[in-house]
Amino acid sequence: MPTFVYMTRCDGCGQCVDICPSDIMHIDKTLRRAYNIEPNMCWECYSCVKACPHHAIDVRGYADFAPLGHSVRVHRDEEKGTIAWRIKFRNGKKDMELLAPITTKPWGEGHYDLASAPAPTKEVVDTELLYNEPKYVAMNDNALMTLESNGLEMKEGVYY
Amino acid sequence: MFNTNPFDAVTALISTDIQQGYIILMAVLVFLGTVLDMMHKKSAKYFSLDTEKNNKNAKRSVGAGEKAGLAVAVAANEILTSAEFCSTKRRLSHMLTMYGFILFVGATATMIFGWSTDALAAQLWHIGAAMLCVGGYWFWFFIRVDVAAEGTKWYHLVKADMFILSLLLTATFGLLWSYLQSTGNGGAVADMGWTTLFFVLFIISNTFLFSTVMWSKFAHMFFKPAAALQKRVAHADGGALNLPQDFDLSSPEVHAKFPDIPEYMGKNPVDMGPGIRREPPNHY
Repeated sequence: MPTFVYMTRCDGCGQCVDICPSDIMHIDKTLRRAYNIEPNMCWECYSCVKACPHHAIDVRGYADFAPLGHSVRVHRDEEKGTIAWRIKFRNGKKDMELLAPITTKPWGEGHYDLASAPAPTKEVVDTELLYNEPKYVAMNDNALMTLESNGLEMKEGVYY
Repeated sequence: MFNTNPFDAVTALISTDIQQGYIILMAVLVFLGTVLDMMHKKSAKYFSLDTEKNNKNAKRSVGAGEKAGLAVAVAANEILTSAEFCSTKRRLSHMLTMYGFILFVGATATMIFGWSTDALAAQLWHIGAAMLCVGGYWFWFFIRVDVAAEGTKWYHLVKADMFILSLLLTATFGLLWSYLQSTGNGGAVADMGWTTLFFVLFIISNTFLFSTVMWSKFAHMFFKPAAALQKRVAHADGGALNLPQDFDLSSPEVHAKFPDIPEYMGKNPVDMGPGIRREPPNHY
């Protein structure tokens, strides 16, 4: 189900408008509140739900992970660097919570400083490899990652 | 101008009784408008349904003392300092307008009912009107037209503007009327000159402001604090509007329940600071 806005909680700040990858969250010109202008184009990415500072946006989750009538609510805490989910079934008894890190370093830090990297030589430019390949792809002293190099074996069946 | 009660001169044209009756009529109109607004939007019904739902989700009951504490928090944050605004500009503009309005209305009632004949009342009336103008015009010409807020042209009017516009016009016409009285260029109120015109405009915009409560957002001063208190109670009783609880990342219980946290973030994670909110939303 696409996103919808609890009008009484929205203050029209525009975070959802900014973050929506489909550009379908807009501010209503009369009510000055956000709304989904094209619900059938919403792919339920939850970006707006997580970005909303007032938890004013909601999505009904699919019935394959929680029976209808449930509540799926999320709180993305930037200062703590975590995301917390709460799934509550309609009977009110099954109430599950999840907490996961979304960053391990303060926001804006830990970016690779491209400007200080040396310029590529002509040989590097002429190869079919992209920037820093195979170093960043292989992560194994420039040799390709294989099951064997990691001491693993291919097993039959579903085992994850 | 600032030390003169502008309503003194009106007494020659309109008796004090009528002036006082007008103030009472406006108060009645605000009350009626709010009640009609509540009946029309069924806001009281939905509000109580929401409270019932929150009570059903509650994990513990919140006592009267704790509720009083929450009410104090609502007064300190949501009411007195407009803390629910994310945008600092909007917040400052709202506070200027709000406190300006309170001063303006309070000083008007004080002067008309004769509670105080002190020059302070007249000064507060002028300061209130000026604050209303600063906050209101800042919103109207700079914040509202900014694409980061609404991107509406200043001359483009919608129904939602009834409140802010009549409020602004009331303050503006009030100040102009007082100014003309003090210079004497526009004549006395009873002279049917410029002073009278601005007095009439002041009364029209004033009447419009207080009589259109049902259609404007005037009633937000009553329902916003109620909604803020309901939200705070819902968080205090553990129901938290079905939102996840506020986990303490350094707590051993949290570490035991969610081992990913200590594994990736350490036992006492640092403050990560603002993420997407480092940049204000302005791409629309």
